[in-house]
Amino acid sequence: MENKDIVITSRIRLARNLKNYKFPIKMNQEEAQNIIKEVNSAINRVNLNYKLIYMHELSNLQKSALIENHLISPALAEKNHTAAFLLSPDKKVSIMLNEEDHVRIQTIDKGMSLKECWNLSDKIDDVIEETVDYAFDHELGYVTSCPTNIGTGMRASVMIHLPALSITNQVEKLLYGVSQIGVAVRGVYGEGTKSLGHLYQISNQGTLGASEETLIEKITQVTDQIVEKEEKTREFLKKKNYDELEDEFYRAYGLLTNARRMTTEEAMRLISLVKLGKDMEMIKAADNIDLYNLMTKIQPSNLSSLMGKELLPNEMDNERAEIIRSEFLK
Amino acid sequence: MLCDECGKNEARVHVTSIINGNKTERHLCEECARKNQSFLNSSFSMENLFSSMLNNAFNTATYLPSKGCSKCGMTYDEFRNTGKFGCSDCIDTFKQRLMPVVRNIQGYDTHAGKIPKRAGGSYRVQKDIEKLKLQLKQAVEKEEYEKAAQLRDKIKEMEENK
Repeated sequence: MENKDIVITSRIRLARNLKNYKFPIKMNQEEAQNIIKEVNSAINRVNLNYKLIYMHELSNLQKSALIENHLISPALAEKNHTAAFLLSPDKKVSIMLNEEDHVRIQTIDKGMSLKECWNLSDKIDDVIEETVDYAFDHELGYVTSCPTNIGTGMRASVMIHLPALSITNQVEKLLYGVSQIGVAVRGVYGEGTKSLGHLYQISNQGTLGASEETLIEKITQVTDQIVEKEEKTREFLKKKNYDELEDEFYRAYGLLTNARRMTTEEAMRLISLVKLGKDMEMIKAADNIDLYNLMTKIQPSNLSSLMGKELLPNEMDNERAEIIRSEFLK
Repeated sequence: MLCDECGKNEARVHVTSIINGNKTERHLCEECARKNQSFLNSSFSMENLFSSMLNNAFNTATYLPSKGCSKCGMTYDEFRNTGKFGCSDCIDTFKQRLMPVVRNIQGYDTHAGKIPKRAGGSYRVQKDIEKLKLQLKQAVEKEEYEKAAQLRDKIKEMEENK
Protein backbone atom coordinates (compact mmCIF):
# COMPACT_ATOMS: atom_id res chain seq x y z
CA MET A 1 0.00 0.00 0.00
CA GLU A 2 2.65 2.51 1.01
CA ASN A 3 5.44 0.53 -0.59
CA LYS A 4 6.37 3.36 -2.95
CA ASP A 5 6.81 5.74 -0.02
CA ILE A 6 8.90 3.32 2.00
CA VAL A 7 11.16 1.89 -0.71
CA ILE A 8 12.86 4.99 -2.09
CA THR A 9 15.37 3.68 -4.62
CA SER A 10 16.71 0.37 -5.94
CA ARG A 11 20.25 -0.20 -7.14
CA ILE A 12 22.19 -2.96 -8.90
CA ARG A 13 25.96 -2.95 -9.03
CA LEU A 14 28.01 -5.36 -11.15
CA ALA A 15 31.77 -5.74 -10.62
CA ARG A 16 33.81 -6.78 -13.67
CA ASN A 17 37.49 -6.95 -14.58
CA LEU A 18 39.36 -7.17 -17.84
CA LYS A 19 41.28 -10.38 -18.34
CA ASN A 20 44.32 -8.92 -20.05
CA TYR A 21 45.11 -6.21 -17.54
CA LYS A 22 46.41 -6.31 -14.00
CA PHE A 23 43.79 -5.40 -11.41
CA PRO A 24 43.72 -1.88 -9.89
CA ILE A 25 45.92 -2.81 -6.92
CA LYS A 26 48.73 -3.83 -9.32
CA MET A 27 48.22 -1.86 -12.52
CA ASN A 28 50.26 1.10 -13.77
CA GLN A 29 49.02 4.43 -15.13
CA GLU A 30 49.29 3.40 -18.76
CA GLU A 31 47.19 0.27 -18.17
CA ALA A 32 44.64 2.35 -16.29
CA GLN A 33 44.34 4.76 -19.24
CA ASN A 34 43.94 1.89 -21.70
CA ILE A 35 41.17 0.31 -19.64
CA ILE A 36 39.26 3.59 -19.58
CA LYS A 37 39.70 3.92 -23.36
CA GLU A 38 38.62 0.33 -24.04
CA VAL A 39 35.44 0.48 -21.98
CA ASN A 40 34.59 3.96 -23.23
CA SER A 41 34.83 2.89 -26.86
CA ALA A 42 32.85 -0.30 -26.13
CA ILE A 43 30.03 1.87 -24.78
CA ASN A 44 30.35 4.41 -27.60
CA ARG A 45 30.00 1.73 -30.29
CA VAL A 46 26.31 1.78 -29.51
CA ASN A 47 25.09 5.31 -29.39
CA LEU A 48 24.08 5.75 -25.77
CA ASN A 49 25.40 9.30 -25.31
CA TYR A 50 27.21 8.40 -22.11
CA LYS A 51 29.56 11.08 -20.84
CA LEU A 52 33.10 10.14 -19.77
CA ILE A 53 34.31 12.11 -16.75
CA TYR A 54 37.83 11.72 -15.31
CA MET A 55 38.42 12.18 -11.60
CA HIS A 56 41.10 14.84 -12.15
CA GLU A 57 38.59 17.00 -14.03
CA LEU A 58 36.47 17.39 -10.91
CA SER A 59 36.87 19.67 -7.91
CA ASN A 60 36.65 18.14 -4.45
CA LEU A 61 33.26 19.78 -4.08
CA GLN A 62 31.94 18.25 -7.30
CA LYS A 63 33.26 14.86 -6.19
CA SER A 64 31.50 14.99 -2.82
CA ALA A 65 28.28 16.11 -4.45
CA LEU A 66 28.46 13.09 -6.79
CA ILE A 67 29.02 10.85 -3.75
CA GLU A 68 26.00 12.34 -1.97
CA ASN A 69 23.95 11.63 -5.09
CA HIS A 70 25.24 8.02 -5.07
CA LEU A 71 26.69 8.36 -8.58
CA ILE A 72 30.28 7.60 -7.59
CA SER A 73 31.86 5.98 -4.53
CA PRO A 74 34.24 7.61 -2.03
CA ALA A 75 36.94 5.16 -3.18
CA LEU A 76 36.67 6.39 -6.77
CA ALA A 77 36.77 10.03 -5.66
CA GLU A 78 40.13 9.47 -3.96
CA LYS A 79 41.73 8.66 -7.31
CA ASN A 80 42.87 11.06 -10.03
CA HIS A 81 43.61 10.62 -13.75
CA THR A 82 43.77 6.83 -13.38
CA ALA A 83 40.03 6.67 -12.69
CA ALA A 84 36.90 7.88 -14.42
CA PHE A 85 33.21 7.17 -14.77
CA LEU A 86 30.68 7.01 -17.56
CA LEU A 87 27.32 8.62 -16.87
CA SER A 88 24.10 8.01 -18.80
CA PRO A 89 22.08 11.08 -19.87
CA ASP A 90 19.25 10.25 -17.42
CA LYS A 91 21.81 9.61 -14.64
CA LYS A 92 20.35 6.16 -13.97
CA VAL A 93 23.50 4.36 -15.06
CA SER A 94 26.99 5.14 -13.89
CA ILE A 95 29.96 2.98 -14.87
CA MET A 96 32.90 3.48 -12.53
CA LEU A 97 36.28 2.68 -14.07
CA ASN A 98 39.33 1.59 -12.05
CA GLU A 99 37.77 1.80 -8.63
CA GLU A 100 38.41 -1.45 -6.69
CA ASP A 101 37.59 -3.30 -9.92
CA HIS A 102 38.19 -2.23 -13.53
CA VAL A 103 34.48 -1.86 -14.22
CA ARG A 104 31.57 -1.28 -11.86
CA ILE A 105 28.23 -0.91 -13.57
CA GLN A 106 25.66 0.73 -11.36
CA THR A 107 22.00 1.23 -12.16
CA ILE A 108 19.68 3.20 -9.88
CA ASP A 109 15.95 3.75 -10.20
CA LYS A 110 13.05 4.89 -8.06
CA GLY A 111 10.91 2.61 -5.89
CA MET A 112 11.16 -1.17 -5.83
CA SER A 113 12.74 -1.74 -9.25
CA LEU A 114 15.55 -4.25 -8.72
CA LYS A 115 14.43 -6.41 -11.64
CA GLU A 116 14.33 -3.47 -14.04
CA CYS A 117 17.74 -2.31 -12.80
CA TRP A 118 19.16 -5.81 -13.28
CA ASN A 119 17.79 -6.04 -16.84
CA LEU A 120 19.39 -2.73 -17.73
CA SER A 121 22.72 -3.58 -16.04
CA ASP A 122 22.71 -6.97 -17.77
CA LYS A 123 22.29 -5.31 -21.18
CA ILE A 124 25.06 -2.79 -20.57
CA ASP A 125 27.28 -5.60 -19.35
CA ASP A 126 26.65 -7.43 -22.66
CA VAL A 127 27.44 -4.30 -24.66
CA ILE A 128 30.81 -3.93 -22.90
CA GLU A 129 31.60 -7.62 -23.25
CA GLU A 130 31.14 -7.48 -27.02
CA THR A 131 34.57 -5.88 -27.43
CA VAL A 132 36.20 -6.38 -24.03
CA ASP A 133 37.54 -9.65 -22.58
CA TYR A 134 36.25 -10.18 -19.06
CA ALA A 135 38.08 -12.16 -16.38
CA PHE A 136 35.87 -15.20 -15.77
CA ASP A 137 36.55 -18.46 -13.97
CA HIS A 138 34.37 -21.49 -14.71
CA GLU A 139 34.17 -22.44 -11.07
CA LEU A 140 34.14 -19.06 -9.34
CA GLY A 141 32.43 -16.89 -11.94
CA TYR A 142 33.42 -13.27 -12.54
CA VAL A 143 36.81 -12.61 -10.99
CA THR A 144 36.76 -9.52 -8.77
CA SER A 145 39.61 -7.83 -6.89
CA CYS A 146 38.13 -8.83 -3.57
CA PRO A 147 36.93 -12.42 -3.15
CA THR A 148 33.90 -11.08 -1.24
CA ASN A 149 32.43 -9.96 -4.60
CA ILE A 150 33.36 -13.02 -6.62
CA GLY A 151 30.79 -15.03 -8.63
CA THR A 152 28.03 -12.78 -9.87
CA GLY A 153 29.92 -9.64 -8.80
CA MET A 154 26.47 -8.32 -8.03
CA ARG A 155 25.30 -6.21 -5.14
CA ALA A 156 21.54 -5.61 -5.18
CA SER A 157 20.35 -2.96 -2.76
CA VAL A 158 17.30 -0.96 -1.86
CA MET A 159 17.11 2.25 0.13
CA ILE A 160 14.22 2.25 2.56
CA HIS A 161 12.71 4.84 4.87
CA LEU A 162 11.99 3.31 8.28
CA PRO A 163 10.89 6.12 10.60
CA ALA A 164 8.29 4.13 12.56
CA LEU A 165 10.63 1.20 13.21
CA SER A 166 13.37 3.67 14.18
CA ILE A 167 11.21 5.68 16.58
CA THR A 168 10.09 2.49 18.28
CA ASN A 169 13.67 1.18 18.55
CA GLN A 170 13.05 -1.89 16.43
CA VAL A 171 15.68 -1.32 13.77
CA GLU A 172 18.58 -2.84 15.69
CA LYS A 173 16.68 -6.06 16.23
CA LEU A 174 15.69 -6.18 12.60
CA LEU A 175 19.24 -5.48 11.52
CA TYR A 176 20.48 -8.40 13.56
CA GLY A 177 17.72 -10.68 12.28
CA VAL A 178 18.33 -10.18 8.57
CA SER A 179 22.10 -10.43 8.97
CA GLN A 180 21.53 -14.04 9.99
CA ILE A 181 20.23 -14.84 6.51
CA GLY A 182 22.99 -13.18 4.54
CA VAL A 183 21.40 -9.78 4.11
CA ALA A 184 23.22 -6.62 5.17
CA VAL A 185 21.57 -3.45 6.50
CA ARG A 186 23.29 -0.14 7.07
CA GLY A 187 22.41 3.53 7.51
CA VAL A 188 22.55 5.51 4.27
CA TYR A 189 23.72 8.84 5.63
CA GLY A 190 25.79 9.12 8.78
CA GLU A 191 28.53 6.79 9.91
CA GLY A 192 28.46 3.23 11.21
CA THR A 193 25.15 2.20 12.70
CA LYS A 194 23.98 5.80 13.03
CA SER A 195 21.49 6.74 10.36
CA LEU A 196 20.27 10.19 9.43
CA GLY A 197 16.71 10.65 8.22
CA HIS A 198 15.84 7.03 9.10
CA LEU A 199 17.15 5.87 5.73
CA TYR A 200 18.61 2.38 5.48
CA GLN A 201 20.17 0.31 2.76
CA ILE A 202 19.45 -3.41 2.44
CA SER A 203 21.74 -5.54 0.28
CA ASN A 204 22.94 -9.09 -0.35
CA GLN A 205 26.08 -10.14 1.49
CA GLY A 206 27.06 -13.19 -0.57
CA THR A 207 27.67 -12.98 -4.31
CA LEU A 208 28.49 -16.62 -5.10
CA GLY A 209 26.44 -19.79 -5.47
CA ALA A 210 23.14 -18.25 -6.51
CA SER A 211 21.93 -16.70 -9.74
CA GLU A 212 21.38 -12.95 -10.04
CA GLU A 213 17.62 -13.56 -10.15
CA THR A 214 17.72 -15.63 -6.96
CA LEU A 215 19.73 -12.99 -5.10
CA ILE A 216 17.32 -10.27 -6.25
CA GLU A 217 14.36 -12.38 -5.19
CA LYS A 218 15.87 -12.76 -1.73
CA ILE A 219 16.40 -9.02 -1.27
CA THR A 220 12.89 -8.37 -2.60
CA GLN A 221 11.35 -10.80 -0.12
CA VAL A 222 13.30 -9.42 2.84
CA THR A 223 12.39 -5.87 1.80
CA ASP A 224 8.71 -6.78 1.51
CA GLN A 225 8.78 -8.16 5.02
CA ILE A 226 10.50 -5.10 6.45
CA VAL A 227 8.04 -2.82 4.62
CA GLU A 228 5.19 -4.81 6.13
CA LYS A 229 6.66 -4.40 9.63
CA GLU A 230 7.10 -0.66 9.05
CA GLU A 231 3.49 -0.38 7.85
CA LYS A 232 2.15 -2.33 10.82
CA THR A 233 4.13 -0.16 13.22
CA ARG A 234 2.73 2.94 11.52
CA GLU A 235 -0.82 1.65 11.93
CA PHE A 236 -0.12 0.80 15.55
CA LEU A 237 1.30 4.26 16.24
CA LYS A 238 -1.62 5.92 14.49
CA LYS A 239 -4.08 4.03 16.65
CA LYS A 240 -2.28 4.38 20.00
CA ASN A 241 -0.48 7.72 19.74
CA TYR A 242 -2.46 9.79 17.24
CA ASP A 243 -2.42 13.12 19.11
CA GLU A 244 1.19 12.82 20.12
CA LEU A 245 2.25 11.96 16.56
CA GLU A 246 0.19 14.70 14.98
CA ASP A 247 1.80 17.18 17.37
CA GLU A 248 5.27 15.87 16.50
CA PHE A 249 4.61 16.18 12.76
CA TYR A 250 3.32 19.74 12.96
CA ARG A 251 6.16 20.74 15.29
CA ALA A 252 8.64 19.40 12.76
CA TYR A 253 6.81 21.26 10.01
CA GLY A 254 6.80 24.42 12.12
CA LEU A 255 10.56 24.28 12.61
CA LEU A 256 11.27 23.51 8.97
CA THR A 257 9.18 26.43 7.77
CA ASN A 258 10.45 28.95 10.34
CA ALA A 259 13.93 28.12 11.58
CA ARG A 260 16.77 30.36 10.42
CA ARG A 261 19.61 27.92 11.04
CA MET A 262 19.62 24.17 10.79
CA THR A 263 22.26 21.42 10.98
CA THR A 264 22.15 18.40 8.66
CA GLU A 265 21.24 16.12 11.59
CA GLU A 266 18.28 18.23 12.67
CA ALA A 267 17.04 18.80 9.13
CA MET A 268 17.21 15.11 8.29
CA ARG A 269 15.27 14.15 11.41
CA LEU A 270 12.57 16.76 10.84
CA ILE A 271 12.15 16.11 7.12
CA SER A 272 11.90 12.40 7.88
CA LEU A 273 9.10 13.14 10.37
CA VAL A 274 7.19 15.31 7.90
CA LYS A 275 7.61 12.59 5.27
CA LEU A 276 6.17 10.07 7.73
CA GLY A 277 3.25 12.42 8.51
CA LYS A 278 2.60 12.92 4.82
CA ASP A 279 2.82 9.19 4.01
CA MET A 280 0.44 8.44 6.92
CA GLU A 281 -1.91 11.17 5.72
CA MET A 282 -1.80 12.86 9.09
CA ILE A 283 -0.40 16.20 8.02
CA LYS A 284 -1.64 18.53 5.32
CA ALA A 285 1.62 19.98 4.09
CA ALA A 286 4.44 19.46 1.66
CA ASP A 287 2.08 18.15 -0.99
CA ASN A 288 4.23 18.94 -3.98
CA ILE A 289 7.64 18.38 -2.47
CA ASP A 290 9.81 15.37 -3.13
CA LEU A 291 11.06 15.05 0.43
CA TYR A 292 13.71 12.46 -0.33
CA ASN A 293 15.08 14.77 -2.99
CA LEU A 294 15.16 17.55 -0.40
CA MET A 295 17.12 15.30 1.99
CA THR A 296 19.75 14.82 -0.73
CA LYS A 297 19.79 18.51 -1.59
CA ILE A 298 20.63 19.67 1.94
CA GLN A 299 23.70 17.43 2.35
CA PRO A 300 26.81 19.59 2.88
CA SER A 301 28.46 19.23 -0.55
CA ASN A 302 25.25 19.41 -2.54
CA LEU A 303 24.36 22.55 -0.63
CA SER A 304 27.74 24.10 -1.35
CA SER A 305 27.60 23.26 -5.04
CA LEU A 306 24.08 24.69 -5.19
CA MET A 307 25.51 27.93 -3.78
CA GLY A 308 28.46 27.75 -6.14
CA LYS A 309 31.12 27.95 -3.43
CA GLU A 310 32.59 26.12 -0.46
CA LEU A 311 30.53 27.22 2.58
CA LEU A 312 31.68 27.64 6.18
CA PRO A 313 29.74 25.57 8.74
CA ASN A 314 27.82 28.62 9.98
CA GLU A 315 26.89 29.80 6.52
CA MET A 316 25.92 26.25 5.69
CA ASP A 317 23.33 26.06 8.47
CA ASN A 318 21.88 29.41 7.39
CA GLU A 319 21.65 28.43 3.73
CA ARG A 320 20.19 25.05 4.61
CA ALA A 321 17.39 26.62 6.63
CA GLU A 322 16.70 29.07 3.84
CA ILE A 323 16.54 26.41 1.13
CA ILE A 324 14.19 24.31 3.23
CA ARG A 325 11.92 27.30 3.94
CA SER A 326 11.73 28.32 0.29
CA GLU A 327 11.04 24.71 -0.72
CA PHE A 328 8.17 24.40 1.75
CA LEU A 329 6.68 27.82 1.15
CA LYS A 330 6.87 27.90 -2.63
CA MET B 1 38.08 -10.51 30.02
CA LEU B 2 36.06 -13.46 28.70
CA CYS B 3 33.79 -13.43 25.67
CA ASP B 4 30.18 -12.28 26.31
CA GLU B 5 28.85 -14.88 23.92
CA CYS B 6 30.59 -18.16 24.72
CA GLY B 7 32.22 -17.22 28.03
CA LYS B 8 35.16 -19.46 27.17
CA ASN B 9 37.71 -17.53 25.12
CA GLU B 10 39.47 -14.27 25.75
CA ALA B 11 37.49 -11.31 24.32
CA ARG B 12 39.47 -9.64 21.58
CA VAL B 13 36.78 -7.80 19.63
CA HIS B 14 35.09 -4.90 21.41
CA VAL B 15 32.02 -3.43 19.79
CA THR B 16 30.37 -0.23 20.93
CA SER B 17 27.17 0.66 19.16
CA ILE B 18 24.99 3.69 19.72
CA ILE B 19 21.54 3.34 18.26
CA ASN B 20 18.93 5.98 18.94
CA GLY B 21 20.98 7.18 21.87
CA ASN B 22 21.24 3.77 23.52
CA LYS B 23 24.81 2.75 24.00
CA THR B 24 25.60 -0.95 24.14
CA GLU B 25 28.96 -2.59 24.56
CA ARG B 26 29.87 -6.14 23.64
CA HIS B 27 33.11 -8.00 24.12
CA LEU B 28 33.58 -11.05 21.95
CA CYS B 29 36.24 -13.58 21.13
CA GLU B 30 37.33 -13.74 17.50
CA GLU B 31 35.37 -16.88 16.85
CA CYS B 32 32.06 -15.49 18.13
CA ALA B 33 32.65 -12.16 16.41
CA ARG B 34 33.07 -13.99 13.13
CA LYS B 35 29.78 -15.81 13.66
CA ASN B 36 28.05 -12.62 14.71
CA GLN B 37 27.77 -10.97 11.33
CA SER B 38 25.63 -8.06 12.43
CA PHE B 39 28.76 -6.21 13.39
CA LEU B 40 30.15 -6.38 9.89
CA ASN B 41 28.47 -3.14 8.98
CA SER B 42 30.29 -1.07 11.48
CA SER B 43 33.48 -1.94 13.21
CA PHE B 44 35.12 -4.25 10.75
CA SER B 45 34.45 -4.67 7.10
CA MET B 46 33.93 -7.81 5.08
CA GLU B 47 37.33 -7.22 3.46
CA ASN B 48 39.18 -7.02 6.77
CA LEU B 49 37.44 -10.10 8.03
CA PHE B 50 38.30 -11.92 4.85
CA SER B 51 41.92 -10.96 5.13
CA SER B 52 42.08 -12.20 8.72
CA MET B 53 40.46 -15.50 7.78
CA LEU B 54 42.92 -15.84 4.96
CA ASN B 55 45.71 -15.25 7.42
CA ASN B 56 44.50 -18.15 9.51
CA ALA B 57 44.17 -20.40 6.47
CA PHE B 58 47.67 -19.60 5.34
CA ASN B 59 49.17 -19.91 8.78
CA THR B 60 47.83 -23.39 9.26
CA ALA B 61 48.99 -24.43 5.79
CA THR B 62 52.09 -26.55 5.82
CA TYR B 63 52.93 -25.83 2.22
CA LEU B 64 54.00 -22.28 1.43
CA PRO B 65 55.40 -21.75 -2.07
CA SER B 66 58.05 -19.09 -2.33
CA LYS B 67 56.92 -17.65 -5.66
CA GLY B 68 53.79 -15.60 -6.20
CA CYS B 69 51.66 -14.97 -9.26
CA SER B 70 53.69 -15.15 -12.46
CA LYS B 71 51.56 -12.55 -14.25
CA CYS B 72 51.28 -9.69 -11.77
CA GLY B 73 53.94 -10.56 -9.21
CA MET B 74 51.49 -10.71 -6.29
CA THR B 75 53.14 -12.71 -3.53
CA TYR B 76 51.39 -14.89 -0.97
CA ASP B 77 52.29 -12.47 1.80
CA GLU B 78 50.88 -9.55 -0.13
CA PHE B 79 47.67 -11.40 -1.00
CA ARG B 80 47.31 -12.48 2.61
CA ASN B 81 47.61 -8.93 3.85
CA THR B 82 45.45 -7.14 1.31
CA GLY B 83 42.94 -9.94 0.63
CA LYS B 84 42.86 -8.76 -2.98
CA PHE B 85 43.79 -10.34 -6.29
CA GLY B 86 46.36 -8.60 -8.47
CA CYS B 87 45.10 -10.04 -11.77
CA SER B 88 42.86 -12.74 -13.22
CA ASP B 89 45.63 -15.35 -12.94
CA CYS B 90 45.89 -14.91 -9.16
CA ILE B 91 42.75 -16.95 -8.79
CA ASP B 92 44.56 -20.01 -10.14
CA THR B 93 47.77 -19.21 -8.31
CA PHE B 94 46.02 -19.02 -4.95
CA LYS B 95 43.04 -21.30 -5.61
CA GLN B 96 44.04 -24.25 -3.47
CA ARG B 97 44.42 -22.16 -0.35
CA LEU B 98 41.61 -19.86 -1.25
CA MET B 99 38.73 -22.26 -1.68
CA PRO B 100 38.09 -23.13 2.01
CA VAL B 101 38.05 -19.42 2.84
CA VAL B 102 35.70 -18.61 -0.04
CA ARG B 103 33.39 -21.34 1.22
CA ASN B 104 33.48 -19.82 4.70
CA ILE B 105 32.80 -16.29 3.54
CA GLN B 106 30.32 -16.93 0.76
CA GLY B 107 28.76 -20.16 1.97
CA TYR B 108 29.20 -21.61 -1.53
CA ASP B 109 32.05 -22.54 -3.85
CA THR B 110 30.49 -22.64 -7.32
CA HIS B 111 29.22 -19.84 -9.52
CA ALA B 112 25.57 -20.23 -10.48
CA GLY B 113 24.87 -16.91 -12.18
CA LYS B 114 25.42 -15.23 -15.51
CA ILE B 115 27.99 -16.65 -17.91
CA PRO B 116 29.47 -14.06 -20.28
CA LYS B 117 29.00 -14.74 -23.99
CA ARG B 118 32.63 -14.50 -25.07
CA ALA B 119 34.62 -15.22 -21.92
CA GLY B 120 32.23 -18.08 -21.15
CA GLY B 121 32.64 -19.57 -24.62
CA SER B 122 31.94 -23.29 -24.89
CA TYR B 123 31.29 -23.41 -21.15
CA ARG B 124 28.21 -21.29 -21.66
CA VAL B 125 26.97 -23.70 -24.35
CA GLN B 126 27.66 -26.63 -22.06
CA LYS B 127 25.66 -25.00 -19.25
CA ASP B 128 22.81 -24.31 -21.67
CA ILE B 129 22.83 -27.97 -22.71
CA GLU B 130 22.72 -29.02 -19.05
CA LYS B 131 19.69 -26.79 -18.54
CA LEU B 132 17.93 -28.31 -21.56
CA LYS B 133 18.73 -31.83 -20.37
CA LEU B 134 17.07 -31.03 -17.07
CA GLN B 135 14.02 -29.72 -18.92
CA LEU B 136 14.00 -32.90 -21.03
CA LYS B 137 14.01 -35.06 -17.92
CA GLN B 138 11.12 -33.07 -16.48
CA ALA B 139 9.18 -33.31 -19.74
CA VAL B 140 9.59 -37.10 -19.80
CA GLU B 141 8.48 -37.36 -16.17
CA LYS B 142 5.37 -35.35 -16.99
CA GLU B 143 4.85 -37.53 -20.08
CA GLU B 144 5.01 -34.51 -22.39
CA TYR B 145 6.56 -36.49 -25.21
CA GLU B 146 6.13 -33.94 -27.97
CA LYS B 147 8.02 -31.34 -25.98
CA ALA B 148 10.61 -33.95 -24.99
CA ALA B 149 11.24 -34.82 -28.63
CA GLN B 150 11.79 -31.15 -29.49
CA LEU B 151 14.20 -30.75 -26.59
CA ARG B 152 16.07 -33.92 -27.57
CA ASP B 153 16.58 -32.62 -31.13
CA LYS B 154 17.75 -29.26 -29.86
CA ILE B 155 20.26 -30.85 -27.48
CA LYS B 156 21.57 -33.04 -30.29
CA GLU B 157 21.99 -30.04 -32.55
CA MET B 158 23.79 -28.04 -29.87
CA GLU B 159 26.11 -30.90 -29.02
CA GLU B 160 27.06 -31.33 -32.67
CA ASN B 161 27.83 -27.64 -33.06
CA LYS B 162 29.82 -27.42 -29.86
